[in-house]
Amino acid sequence: MRRALGLLVLVGGPLYLRRRRDARRERVHLHFDDGSTVTLADDAPEAARLLALARRAL
Amino acid sequence: MDAASALADLTEISSQLEEAVLVDGEGAVVASTIADDSGTQRLAGGGLAMLEAAEARFGTGGRAVTQIEASLSEGSIFAARDGNLAIVARTSAAPASGLVLYDLRSCLRTVAEAREKPKPRRRAARKSEPAGA
Repeated sequence: MRRALGLLVLVGGPLYLRRRRDARRERVHLHFDDGSTVTLADDAPEAARLLALARRAL
Repeated sequence: MDAASALADLTEISSQLEEAVLVDGEGAVVASTIADDSGTQRLAGGGLAMLEAAEARFGTGGRAVTQIEASLSEGSIFAARDGNLAIVARTSAAPASGLVLYDLRSCLRTVAEAREKPKPRRRAARKSEPAGA
């Protein structure tokens, strides 16, 4: 039981932290009329202008 | 249903949505949940500028940008367009994007349908005939 719990913390901990970090990252999602989507992370050069415009709108 | 009522319904349904503005094809504000004009213009202008910038950069190869979501740590800005109407909305941070986009699209569709529907004509008042004529 203790071993299973340790394994859960070892595997789940980093995954949980990664998900939390990703949720806090700034990004832009684009949806197109053909059903496709594009996600731009905050370090993508194309995202900088769009994020600046969004910040101005906030 | 008119645009103002559709926006009021939208903000009631979508709890994460804080403010929204409906804009027509020329960029004129159709309805807004923001009381002051400068706030309305800021949100509408920012959202439309995002759509235009995204379209200019990524709208190639016969596909067009219809929705955009910018997630910031302070909140998110959504912009969606359908035909001659666009909607720009501000939400709290980390919203349920799928639900917000669904609600925005539904609002756009409702307003577009209401605008397309011809207004019922008024019946011309009947002339009363003089009694015994």
